[in-house]
Amino acid sequence: MDTQSVSRRNFLKVSGLTGVMLSLGLYLPTHAEEAEIINTAGAADLGTDLNAWIRIDALGKVTITDHRAEMGQGSYQAVPQIIAEELEVPLNEVAIVFAQGNRKYGSQITGGSSTVRGSYKNLLKLSATARQMLIQAAANQWAVPVTDCYAEAGHVIHKPSGKKANYGTLVADAAKLEPPKDVVLKKRADYTQIGKPLHRPDTPLKTNGTAGFGLDKTLPGMLYAAVERNPRLRGKVKSFDDTAARKVPGVKQILKVKMLVHSTPREGVAVIAESTWAALQGKKALKVTWDDSGFEHLSSEEIYKRQHEALQTNEGLSLKQQGDVADALAKGSKKLDVVYQTPYQSHSCMEPLNCTAYYQASKVEIWGPIQAPDMVQDFISKEMKLPREKVIVNMTFLGGGFGRKAFTDYPYEAAVISKAVGAPIQVVWTREDDSTQGPFRPGISYRCEGAVADGKISAFKLRMAGQNLGHWMGAPKDKPNNSTNEGFLKPYTESIKNLSIADVPFETPIPVLWWRSVYASTNGFAYESFMDELAHEARKDPMTFRREHLPDERVQKQLDKLAEVSGWNSRKPGEGYGMAITECFSSTVGQVVKVSKNPNGGVKIDHVWAVMDCGWYVNPDTVKAQVEGSIVMALGAATQHEVTFKDGMAVDKNFYSYLMPRITDIPPIDVFIMENDADAGGVGEPGLPAFSPALTNAIFDLTGKRVRKLPFSLATV
Amino acid sequence: MSSIIITINGKDHSLDVDPQMPLLWAIRDVVGLKGTKYGCGVAQCGACTVHLNGEAVRSCVTKVSRAAGQKVVTIEGLSKNNDHPVQRAWQEIDVPQCGYCHSGQIMSAAVLLRDNPNPTDADIDAGMAGNICRCGSYLRVRKAIHLAAGMERKVSSRNE
Repeated sequence: MDTQSVSRRNFLKVSGLTGVMLSLGLYLPTHAEEAEIINTAGAADLGTDLNAWIRIDALGKVTITDHRAEMGQGSYQAVPQIIAEELEVPLNEVAIVFAQGNRKYGSQITGGSSTVRGSYKNLLKLSATARQMLIQAAANQWAVPVTDCYAEAGHVIHKPSGKKANYGTLVADAAKLEPPKDVVLKKRADYTQIGKPLHRPDTPLKTNGTAGFGLDKTLPGMLYAAVERNPRLRGKVKSFDDTAARKVPGVKQILKVKMLVHSTPREGVAVIAESTWAALQGKKALKVTWDDSGFEHLSSEEIYKRQHEALQTNEGLSLKQQGDVADALAKGSKKLDVVYQTPYQSHSCMEPLNCTAYYQASKVEIWGPIQAPDMVQDFISKEMKLPREKVIVNMTFLGGGFGRKAFTDYPYEAAVISKAVGAPIQVVWTREDDSTQGPFRPGISYRCEGAVADGKISAFKLRMAGQNLGHWMGAPKDKPNNSTNEGFLKPYTESIKNLSIADVPFETPIPVLWWRSVYASTNGFAYESFMDELAHEARKDPMTFRREHLPDERVQKQLDKLAEVSGWNSRKPGEGYGMAITECFSSTVGQVVKVSKNPNGGVKIDHVWAVMDCGWYVNPDTVKAQVEGSIVMALGAATQHEVTFKDGMAVDKNFYSYLMPRITDIPPIDVFIMENDADAGGVGEPGLPAFSPALTNAIFDLTGKRVRKLPFSLATV
Repeated sequence: MSSIIITINGKDHSLDVDPQMPLLWAIRDVVGLKGTKYGCGVAQCGACTVHLNGEAVRSCVTKVSRAAGQKVVTIEGLSKNNDHPVQRAWQEIDVPQCGYCHSGQIMSAAVLLRDNPNPTDADIDAGMAGNICRCGSYLRVRKAIHLAAGMERKVSSRNE
């Protein structure tokens, strides 16, 4: 998904808000060529609202805005921790608020692991500017050279005399200053907060039940809605009998609703009630007859059969082509031609989808677990024909997101129902709704052909057949899916002279969407399983083989680390070790999985080692937590669950058959972070793709059995 | 509909609700305590775990009538100051990511530790297997329960 470019240049702006306050924000024009610092009057001339990432009041209270969603990945800490560092205030003394949806913050779509990497340079500069203005204000007050003053812990200190001023006493003067053109940023070695495992500011809220999630929102007069939606996205409501539903105590109103999933209408029947329970009971009592004509009702078997057939007959649309692959394949002494298959996946956030909306007098306010408040604002503004400023979108904490909550359908649905009912409405999705409605991560088949010569890859050809989720967003259908090479390390393309990557277009009526690490989550399995197969064909150690095909100093160091921490070079016969290394959102993660035979049958995972190279990072503990969590999510997707379709509908409805990893399934996981000066990469998602190939490569190492289809069962493999 | 009286977090509540209503929705929608979470509705995920007379129950499948005249403790009532050893351990280790499942995780862990003050990894796994965490914080859950056990031991040795 598109993310805010780190290279985007910004204007820095300053403005006093009401009362005595220093308020600093960034002006994010779309086409600004160069960063420029402008004064308050200039800001007004731009006719744009000021965003305010930093506000300091007269008592010295610092309020920092988190412009991104907090869904567990840590933006609620990362954004303030970045700002606190250069502003010289302790993180545990600042107040943190979520921004509302507004273009003035730039892109707020919390996806592509982009929060830190997309904004840290701007935020560091912004905070350092605020600090410098406060220091200048103190120097002016004291009539001393500014170079004799420094900031520490919310105060400016005059070094020679030891005089000290709280930021609050300086804001009135500081707000009148012109922001300095150039500020000196701290060196990483001098950081006291960035790079340190500071406690998460949201943890205490999440241990006593006070963190407010979407479902926790209440409004005076709020009613609850549960919606029986057609189990096939493109289906309609033919008719419905609500006699029994109307008899449920607490049910107030029942109405047919038509929502939009992008441009595809989704039809259903909404039950409006005084409590969640009454709405759920009413929904259960509905008898709806669906109209499912006009589109195919596919099964999983049919989907994969078609994908495999397409891969045998269709060369696809070329995404990358170098050398002469056909010739190299023909000449290769050892050839491989195999197919890998990955499943459709549900996001299954612990907090099922929900949204609260209040539509009144040509204005709508939304509260919910929302990953993309700006996108929701745009979508509702367009579809309900309201000016953008009349669509107010508030982010709550999100009980998981993983991409599903970056969609606009469920907030729009809540707004439509609130408008129809004329009351504030909370739409509650049941777990069954959440599991079966999608959109889902697409399941994909890959045909990989390759050859080795002289111990190296002489030809590498990959074709992918799977749904292109870009088509929801209007990507042209005659162009290859640009995500076909997601997950594949770029340095491979330097060493593999004959290389071909192509997308075989494949469509179904099933709705698809990004899912944690997006295409890398499934591509990684094909690329890195095939790399392992080629290594074995070449009779090379898989780690050595990667090393020989990844001519990149940074990656070589990462492989050194991975070998060191996993004991790769001292592994013993009879132990199953597998490795994989994948790229995702500008970070690279290498993993080693160790497996052994389970006395009760199958294999068990003994240990996972992961080495993350995300360049510049904020909080090492959060980086580790994200990689741990990504591995657990990958474990479920590799060995426990898949969305299967029968007659055009998702089969598994709840956790009794859509199995989730539990504490009993979790092996020891050790995460290591590479330290270097590279720009920040993503953190929330890149830990996921390498796990499944590392696992199946380990199983091959132990048993000689090659797993080419996910999910598989550890108990019977 | 008849009035059901339940003691929740030490306070008596008289609820005019359908006796079939799950305790979860009575706690959330009627009493207004939002810390207890809806995750699956079928006792599979544990996000709705509360204490009923001191035992961990899945409030999504517990009829509110079953709690009539009984004592219920929710996450809000586990401690006054967010300082039950399990809560302190959760904070020390920064267990939660999204945090949605952790009211339930903490309520399960509190009962586990009361019944088994010095659990092994296997004991923890057995006691916590009913609580799903989609963010995958399980390693930290295990670590935090060991840490909380250590805190409990310190407290009890001080009291002796």
